[in-house]
Amino acid sequence: MPAPAILVEDLVKRYGAVEALRGVSLQVPTGSVLGLLGPNGAGKTTAVRILTTLLRPDGGRASVLGVDVTDDPELVRASIGLAGQNAAVDENLTGRENLRLVGRLTHLDPAVVAERSTDLLARFELADAADRLVRTYSGGMRRRLDLAAALVHEPEVLFLDEPTTGLDPRSRTELWAVIEELVGRGTTVLLTTQYLEEADRLADNIVVIDHGTVIAEGTASELKGRLGATVIEVDFAAHDEAARAGTRLESLGSVGVEGQHLRLSVADGAAAMLEVVRTLEAERLQPVAMALREPTLDDVFLTLTGHSAEDGDGEDGDPAPRRASRSRRRDRNGSRG
Amino acid sequence: MTTTTADTVAAGPARTRARSHPVADALTIAWRNLLNIRRNPQLLVFATIQPVIFVLMFRYVFGGAIRGVSGQYGSYINYLMPGVFVQTIVFGSLTTGVGLAEDLQKGLVDRFRSLPMARSAVLVGRTLADLVRNLFVVILMAIVGYLVDWRPQTNALAVAAGIGVVLLFAYTLSWMFAIIGLVTRDSETAQAASFPILAPLVFASSAFVPVTTMPGWLQAFANHQPVSVVVDAVRDLTAGGATQSDVLGALAWMVGIVAVCAPIAVAQYRRVV
Repeated sequence: MPAPAILVEDLVKRYGAVEALRGVSLQVPTGSVLGLLGPNGAGKTTAVRILTTLLRPDGGRASVLGVDVTDDPELVRASIGLAGQNAAVDENLTGRENLRLVGRLTHLDPAVVAERSTDLLARFELADAADRLVRTYSGGMRRRLDLAAALVHEPEVLFLDEPTTGLDPRSRTELWAVIEELVGRGTTVLLTTQYLEEADRLADNIVVIDHGTVIAEGTASELKGRLGATVIEVDFAAHDEAARAGTRLESLGSVGVEGQHLRLSVADGAAAMLEVVRTLEAERLQPVAMALREPTLDDVFLTLTGHSAEDGDGEDGDPAPRRASRSRRRDRNGSRG
Repeated sequence: MTTTTADTVAAGPARTRARSHPVADALTIAWRNLLNIRRNPQLLVFATIQPVIFVLMFRYVFGGAIRGVSGQYGSYINYLMPGVFVQTIVFGSLTTGVGLAEDLQKGLVDRFRSLPMARSAVLVGRTLADLVRNLFVVILMAIVGYLVDWRPQTNALAVAAGIGVVLLFAYTLSWMFAIIGLVTRDSETAQAASFPILAPLVFASSAFVPVTTMPGWLQAFANHQPVSVVVDAVRDLTAGGATQSDVLGALAWMVGIVAVCAPIAVAQYRRVV
């Protein structure tokens, strides 16, 4: 078996008293894509920063293409590309100038840089905007340019730190297509994300981390297989009803309760559904809605960690639509009065 | 410069250990920063309007009142201009820190630090670009000064040396404010943190009025702090005076500031996370 492109062993990083990474180990075979999945604050970005030589680990080892990141960071930098969470492009340069900047800093022949820039801008559908200042670009265009900038020196290993966070669905799909094309060319990719759908679509293997430790790994289907085959979702009118139903249904499978929402993973969906109905009736609990569906990676996360992968998102999470509907209701009342 | 270019071409698409190119990398970063200045001309315009207003206000508002104490220089404007030159570049130097903080905020520094480029280049390139900007501003100030009757009393060589001292001082201050930018990591904080350092240096100095008019306790500070020493040196070089000791004092301050601040800035740049 060939040596992995990225090898991480027992990596530890502390910020004062906070342990961002507590012994993370993972490997990424050459030419494959690893999805590093976890909520905000799980340690994903810290791991990427150590692997891209931006941060020194406090313990453990990390190497890229067989080169240790602390022993020889210079050599590591020559073979990696990094596209970060915030599009790290210069707003006051044009798209082409941004690529030229990276090309010059990686000491490539100017003619090579010019040729690659044109090629990258065309591939990422930025050809028309190539000579416009980046400050006129949309969010999606900036991300694509950021990715292009990470590719100017044709790195063998690419780190993508939450490449689509904050993008609208269309830009996200576009960026996914670009990343898929790259992977098709044999680049090794480590991708961090808090979007389960993203890891599911792009990654060959998924490592789930939470609070600085690996809590699961495998392919998307392996992770889904760990769960029962089916998920039952029940909505209640009040939090305490959902909580009470949660404790009663624990014997059926793995239960997660979030506010008024209850999620139950079971092996045999139909039989469990009947049992759920009987239990709720016996408890005189009246659900608002009930559904039976296939499991997603979000369910995996909920089962493994007890909280949703997108908890960390705060304002962007579930409560927003509810708040919106409440204010709509207020508006209606107002107009009537 | 020619050799650097040749090296770059010879290196080609290197995958193995890249040779270090500190000079070429610093020039690339300087190129990028100068493009930034050119693309935001309004920043430069507003940065220059303020000192122009200072020249006009001090010349016409305070000029009459201060005439008596500046007799040896021929006129107040001759006394004032070295102070305005230094004040302008001192306030301008905080943009070094603000710009660095902005690059940190936007993640550009992360990109630079993940590239196989010289570690010193981001700081050296930025301070070089700021030096070019200061050169532009100082020349503009000199023209405005000339229009309101600033007349150097010495020879062209001494005036050129005076401008040189101003620019060198600007360059040393860039390193000082680079530290503030790297520590605060936020452009607005960097700006707010710089002002309390700048204001006493500029105003409790010999820039606008003779130090002898200040209370005794303030004179002790005002006489020896770097802005006064540099202003005095530039004044000697443009309006005449006992040049040697002031210029040596100014050079000593500059060497001292760079010797202390540059290593701190580089160390801070290496460890920012």
